[in-house]
Amino acid sequence: MARPVSYNIFKKPLETDISMADMPDGHQGEGFFATSLNKVIGLARKNSIWPLPFATSCCGIEFMATMGSHYDLARFGSERVGFSPRQCDLLMVMGTIAKKMGPVVKQVYLQMAEPRWVMAVGACASTGGIFDTYSVLQGIDQVIPVDVYVPGCPPRPEAIIDGVLRIQDLVGKESLRRRNGEQYKALLEGYGIQ
Amino acid sequence: MALSYDILQQRLTDKFEGQVSNFQESYGMMEFEAPKEINLKVLNFLYDDEQLKFRFLTDLCAVHFPENKGKELAVVYHLHNMEDNIRVRFKVYTDINQPDVYTASGLFSAANWMERETYDFFGVNFVGHPNLKRILNVDEMDYFPMRKEFPLEDQTRIDKDDEMFGRG
Repeated sequence: MARPVSYNIFKKPLETDISMADMPDGHQGEGFFATSLNKVIGLARKNSIWPLPFATSCCGIEFMATMGSHYDLARFGSERVGFSPRQCDLLMVMGTIAKKMGPVVKQVYLQMAEPRWVMAVGACASTGGIFDTYSVLQGIDQVIPVDVYVPGCPPRPEAIIDGVLRIQDLVGKESLRRRNGEQYKALLEGYGIQ
Repeated sequence: MALSYDILQQRLTDKFEGQVSNFQESYGMMEFEAPKEINLKVLNFLYDDEQLKFRFLTDLCAVHFPENKGKELAVVYHLHNMEDNIRVRFKVYTDINQPDVYTASGLFSAANWMERETYDFFGVNFVGHPNLKRILNVDEMDYFPMRKEFPLEDQTRIDKDDEMFGRG
């Protein structure tokens, strides 16, 4: 008897909808491939980012959709959402941060190990958004340095994914010496860190 | 006989000899005011009296009337008699330059946090409160944000261009 619903009855040609990462520049020959350490580590890091969701309001709900099966952030190597800052690479601040919450965000950032990145998702985390009021922090970049801002109120999952891809770009291209540099130290000191 | 607003008004007038005044009823709820010096006496009387029994403090807040000179801040108590299901609003007014009002936290434990909130936003100084400090806002805040002279927007911000926000 024919089943009412059949799956996979159409033959799908493989590889047409699969995109492969490009190989970094380098020299290759029979049995070897030589490239710079920077690029290898960048490639490894950018495809295995562990996000730490710091979700305080509706942008967090969009992030949950982003993590779900439909948008599936796991495709980009961010399968593992850590809920401990000590394990994570990417702090995703999603939602309104009240001034009273500011020290908490900073504390979470301080607990993360270097190298660490920060993404401000949504209008509130980026600028305070519609909450132009005495009790709300007017953008988390007043307390911690931010790498990528995602606009929107709230941003759609596509926008959040775009933000993650931009973070991946930054991660992949970052010099291994950046975090030891004078400029980076000055940036952190600008926020009163270390 | 069930309690009514008429009986309540009569009892209060008899007890406090006209110090409790300005009885009025709006939206089906009675309100009255008293000098701030006797706020605890009135609350205690409303609580203890066998007929009145207003033993539940629903809400405590303040209102700022800047044009009401000498009586700028009103502290409002919302009381509920659970047995007869009757509610009243009780107001005391205070000068904003000396906003001292006796605390009701000895009578109602619920008043403890609500008075802290009222202090936080309006700066009403509740005399005798066990722990009068900010509860919702950051401790570093140096003003009382719900007073009318302070605009809603954060005045310390430097990154927002007023023209872009229609305030130019």
